[in-house]
Amino acid sequence: MFGAGGGTSSYKEVEETDVILLWGSNAREAHPIYFHHVLKGLEKGAKMYCVDPRRTSSAKFADMWLGINVGSDVALANAIGREIIASGLTNDDFIAHSTEGFEDYKAHVENYTLEATELLTGVPASAIKEMAHAYGSAETAQILWTLGITEHHNAVDNVVALCNLALLTGHVGRWGSGLVPLRGQNNVQGGGDMGALPNKLAGFQDVVDDEARAKFEALWGHEINPTPGLHLTHMFEAMDRGELTAVYVIGENPADSEADIEHARKLLRGLDCLVVQDIFMTRTAELADVVFPASVAWAESDGTVTSSERRVQRVRKAVNAPGEAKDDIEIIGELARRMGVDWGNPTSEDLWDELRSLSPLHAGMSWRRLEDEGGLQWPCPSMDHPGSPFLHGWLWEDDLGGRGPAPFSCVDDDPPIEQLTDEFPLRLTTGRALDSYNTGVQSGGFNSPIRYGDELDLNPTDAAGLGIENGERVLVSSPRGSVEMNIRLQPDIPVGLSFTTFHFPELVDTNVLTTDQYDPRSGTAEFKAASIRVDKLAASGGLNA
Amino acid sequence: MPDLSFTDDVASAGEKAVVDEVLAVAGTAVIFETDRLIRAGLARRNERRDLLLPALHALQKESGWISPGGLNYACDQLQVPPAEGYGVASFYELFRMEEPEHEGDVVHVCIDAACQVAGNEELAQRLEAEGNHVHRGPCLGQCERAPAVFIQGLRKPDSVPADADNPLAFHQQGDPSLRLLHRLGVVDPTSLGSYLENGGYKALAKAVEMGADAVIAAVRDSGLSGRGGAAFPTGIKWRGVADETGRPRHVVANCDESEPGTFKDRILMENDPFSVIESLIIAGLATGAERGWIYIRGEYPLATERLQNAIDQSRQSGYLGDDVIRSGKRFDIEIRRGAGAYICGEETALFNSLEGFRGEPRNKPPFPTTHGLFGEPTSINNPETLVNVLDIVVRGADVYRETGTERSPGTKLFCVSGHVANTGIYEVPFGTTLGELIDLAGGATGEIQAVLMGGAAGSFVGPDAMDLPLTLEATREAGTTLGSGVVMVFDTSVNMTEIVVRITEFFRGESCGQCVPCRVGVVRQHETVVELTQKGTLEPVKAQLIDDMAMAMADASICGLGHTAAGALQSALRLGLIGGSQ
Amino acid sequence: MTVADKTVSGTKVSITIDGQPVEVDQGQTILDGCRSAGVDTPTICYADNLTPVNVCRVCVVEVDGNRTLVPSCSRPAEEGMVVHTDSDRVRHSRKMVLEFLGSGVDLSQATEIGPWMDHYGADTARYGESPEGMNETVKIQDDLYIRDYDKCVLCYKCVEACGDDAQHTFAIAVAGRGFDARISTEFDVELPESACVYCGNCIGVCPTGALQFKSEFDMREAANWRPEEHTVTTTVCSYCGVGCNLELHVQDDTIVKVTSPADHSVTSGHLCVKGRFGWQYVQPPTRR
Repeated sequence: MFGAGGGTSSYKEVEETDVILLWGSNAREAHPIYFHHVLKGLEKGAKMYCVDPRRTSSAKFADMWLGINVGSDVALANAIGREIIASGLTNDDFIAHSTEGFEDYKAHVENYTLEATELLTGVPASAIKEMAHAYGSAETAQILWTLGITEHHNAVDNVVALCNLALLTGHVGRWGSGLVPLRGQNNVQGGGDMGALPNKLAGFQDVVDDEARAKFEALWGHEINPTPGLHLTHMFEAMDRGELTAVYVIGENPADSEADIEHARKLLRGLDCLVVQDIFMTRTAELADVVFPASVAWAESDGTVTSSERRVQRVRKAVNAPGEAKDDIEIIGELARRMGVDWGNPTSEDLWDELRSLSPLHAGMSWRRLEDEGGLQWPCPSMDHPGSPFLHGWLWEDDLGGRGPAPFSCVDDDPPIEQLTDEFPLRLTTGRALDSYNTGVQSGGFNSPIRYGDELDLNPTDAAGLGIENGERVLVSSPRGSVEMNIRLQPDIPVGLSFTTFHFPELVDTNVLTTDQYDPRSGTAEFKAASIRVDKLAASGGLNA
Repeated sequence: MPDLSFTDDVASAGEKAVVDEVLAVAGTAVIFETDRLIRAGLARRNERRDLLLPALHALQKESGWISPGGLNYACDQLQVPPAEGYGVASFYELFRMEEPEHEGDVVHVCIDAACQVAGNEELAQRLEAEGNHVHRGPCLGQCERAPAVFIQGLRKPDSVPADADNPLAFHQQGDPSLRLLHRLGVVDPTSLGSYLENGGYKALAKAVEMGADAVIAAVRDSGLSGRGGAAFPTGIKWRGVADETGRPRHVVANCDESEPGTFKDRILMENDPFSVIESLIIAGLATGAERGWIYIRGEYPLATERLQNAIDQSRQSGYLGDDVIRSGKRFDIEIRRGAGAYICGEETALFNSLEGFRGEPRNKPPFPTTHGLFGEPTSINNPETLVNVLDIVVRGADVYRETGTERSPGTKLFCVSGHVANTGIYEVPFGTTLGELIDLAGGATGEIQAVLMGGAAGSFVGPDAMDLPLTLEATREAGTTLGSGVVMVFDTSVNMTEIVVRITEFFRGESCGQCVPCRVGVVRQHETVVELTQKGTLEPVKAQLIDDMAMAMADASICGLGHTAAGALQSALRLGLIGGSQ
Repeated sequence: MTVADKTVSGTKVSITIDGQPVEVDQGQTILDGCRSAGVDTPTICYADNLTPVNVCRVCVVEVDGNRTLVPSCSRPAEEGMVVHTDSDRVRHSRKMVLEFLGSGVDLSQATEIGPWMDHYGADTARYGESPEGMNETVKIQDDLYIRDYDKCVLCYKCVEACGDDAQHTFAIAVAGRGFDARISTEFDVELPESACVYCGNCIGVCPTGALQFKSEFDMREAANWRPEEHTVTTTVCSYCGVGCNLELHVQDDTIVKVTSPADHSVTSGHLCVKGRFGWQYVQPPTRR
């Protein structure tokens, strides 16, 4: 990667781009209002290519859907890169001026011929070629992705393989071209902005960087541990090894959302001390030693969130929190006080101003400006800076903004860790439905007329082979466990693939099935690729038989 | 382009087959290339949307209605949202949205003015007594042979019984002064050879020789104006389209003749179809359009058949296709059938209908010359206007102008119906008086009470108007209109109240419903007239209301339907034909 | 369907509105000009976040050289145009449009239309005892929406918001013709059977209360809807990371409705089902 931390482009840009690669993202359902911007682009004539194992509702808007084998994204990206090079569609000036490692990359992708890649990905060679030419010859083009790229054991490889394509063609760092990872949660970007990452301080400053750390230490009057911390998946491993014995969970529900869920719950139960701060008595909270009832961040307290286009926006208190629930700032402040430090009673704006003094990305975003200008996109280093619609414009500057060239990365196809076997012959992938969200803690609050529950989507051909009918209740098993589910026949997914959502853990513990394999660099689990088998209940005798 | 959602209703095998047939040439909007590669997208969907109307016709014919399963299938193949498909289908008179209780054909009997005075209700009752399923509906464009009947076939072609029985209602055969109708009754309308023997395709050859600009100049110099009612100068329209270089352009023949009392284009198309094709080709070459379209009303099966035959024969002989008579120009014509909607005669409503949308007029500007069919530059003319061009090209603008008056050059077709001896189509020079025209039609068969000029969208004149010269300028000055050439004569035996009530009901039935002044105005107008007939007199407040409504409809409606919907009523009140004298 | 491009370039166009010189950007409409000149203009079918369909005709103005009145919402301003917004003809047509609507439609909740009816002296009584109306009953087919087409003025806004101006779901369209035209699903199937995804964007643009959130409808039925007491607070949706602005309408310290600002760059006033309805978890019995 040639920078960090956020999507390169503004939403408005996808309205004005020529070619869209929607890759591992069902934005129509998972990011519906972003998809409105995509639709405006399509209405203006943009061509869209959708790469997804399923023909999702998003894919139905595409000029072409390419039904890729789960987890073969690197192979497809490398083949596109090879085809772009072979067809002379590279932006040679850009490559020479702004990148490094092109020759290595060119040699590396040489093996990814169209024919070889068809075998790896399941996508017809002609379609790979067509998409490569569309992307390579477009004036402007954007690659959009979501968890279909990142919920794999080789998530980082997947991302850099896509970044390589932008570097080949110069589709980054200018209006209309870019790389857009869509954030799945309303403030996952803001959490990163604020340093809620194991290896970062606020503003994406490295915790190992002595100079950066010194700045924070000077203000806070306290030494900061220079060793990067653990991300979530590593925390569970540390719990497993008995090294991590106390956990403070704020606004997460790992007892429902982790892959291989039974194992995760066992680890949480085994902790010496579990503190949960949440607005609900979640399943995780039920396991806790101490629960802090919190206020709803976006409706009962003031603050900011950052969106997928790096736009920092204000959230505001509209109603009072019920009962003993307190603002997160207040809870943490009280906790500090009990630990012997008095931070006073800072307002949200006080904390924001502290952040601005430490994070150059946010320095120009005064509370007033955030109010008046409908949010601002970082970087916004000074009060007279208008904010940044897109990132990496420096790639097009004569001196590269004083930075080094952006490196190509050589990555290889690396199929899902859990291979299909005779015992577990079906690939299971997971995703979101339009009207529901994660484990349903929030979205369960309203009666959606279009909610159908966590059913297992299966191609009619596979179902026929198993003698299973639409709506039939079946036993679904992975190497980790079994759940009962209802079958929904779905011609929009290819033979050999199955799909489910994970919104109703109290009804179907989908994550009993998923694997806890993960990418050690990003910490993201391979939710997108488990292996399962489906049995008729009559034959198996049922889960409780 | 959307992620469509369908109900569980499934099409029958027959419904699938007829829809597939419609889509055979273009292919479906989604292509399932392999189980890992599917092509779709906005472009494919937009390119096929205009097949929705033909697909609906096919479903109606196959099942006698637009069934939910059939609609689902057509919408899926074309990627049209089913709610939109339903919105389009339910717009048209000829499409049933509920399963019919009867099996078999639907017999349409006209209930508009010319048929009202010719015993239409007696006919309808007789047909019902014979076991037919009768649908009483608006004008069928056969006023010269009222009362009119049209049969919508179930799994067989639509038909008009009178096409088999009646001789051509044309009484000027052999008149050497005819400029437009000289081939009627002479030429074999099914034969290209016969057309050529009677001077056919000479104008096209000359037009190619002259070149596009010279043809447009001749049309402009001739003073030809549109014969549909609006009288816009044809040469200016063609010039406008021709100037839109670099964009695909279209020429459209507006054959959706639906104004009550109007049947001239039908008789022309049925009896000299090649002349319509030839003139449309000239329009295409002159404006630089490569695609010509004929939008013809669904109630005209014979004219449709003859035009299609003329197109096929002309294409075989090189008058249509990639190299029109070796001119190096490409031009071809497609026919689309309307489905029973008066409003689709309005040019922009026609475009929407042809494109597969509801036949709702567009706001103008922008005008069709820049934003017409498919949003592209379009010249749209009716058949009568088009065939004038043949004469203009062959004889030149100067000779053309020798007929008619200075401001209304040339000849005009009139549809004479009602109480005259010889109902039918007449071609006379502009400037002929109303009395002369009626005399030409054998004179009135009784004492004239009133004459409806220009159709439902026109107005009544009294027996004192026989000296009115039939020109654009003179009729406008007299507060009436030539409109589409309707001259419908009512003798003193007619209860004019019934006629006027029906005209207001006609507009109520035919308003597209889009704009408020027209959608509500035509209903309140009808209610007010019905109340008048019940009370026998028109209270002053109601008279004021009628005028208030008329002014708002004329001022604020989107299109000509609303603009003209009060004209006949107001003229009838002025003449004291209804509501007692004012 | 084709609409005129509304592109704004740098060039300016000078027009005259009621004798007052007004400058607008090339591509802006007469309505834009009226607004910048401070000329209050009634609109029903127009919304800033939808393509003008110019069907209600209440915004018509008189433009010199035009035979009929023109809809100000969709007509681009042209250099030298002389516009009259308060002539006898304009006042007459606006009054008649409002009378026509009031004569057949329940406008009791059309809070923006009522004052204009008074302004133009619309007299719906002169259409007699019982002019034909919509004759519809309230459709309640799920827990989120109600549809009361007795209140529908056929402004097309809901169809546009459901269709290609925003949501691209096309669950509803105009069906039928003339006075019988209605907003409908295919064959009038119930909403949960249709393509509807409950984004609520149709309700968001409805000017008359014909489309309403069921929660609001129930509160109105219970005589407990008190909009004059509402506070409206803008915040950001709590679901995915797109950052949609929400306006929380609060009555008695309780969220009662969610909208989005039409001028917000992220949403243009449109939301998804989660943003529109997903707030209820804040105040279920388990928390309050």
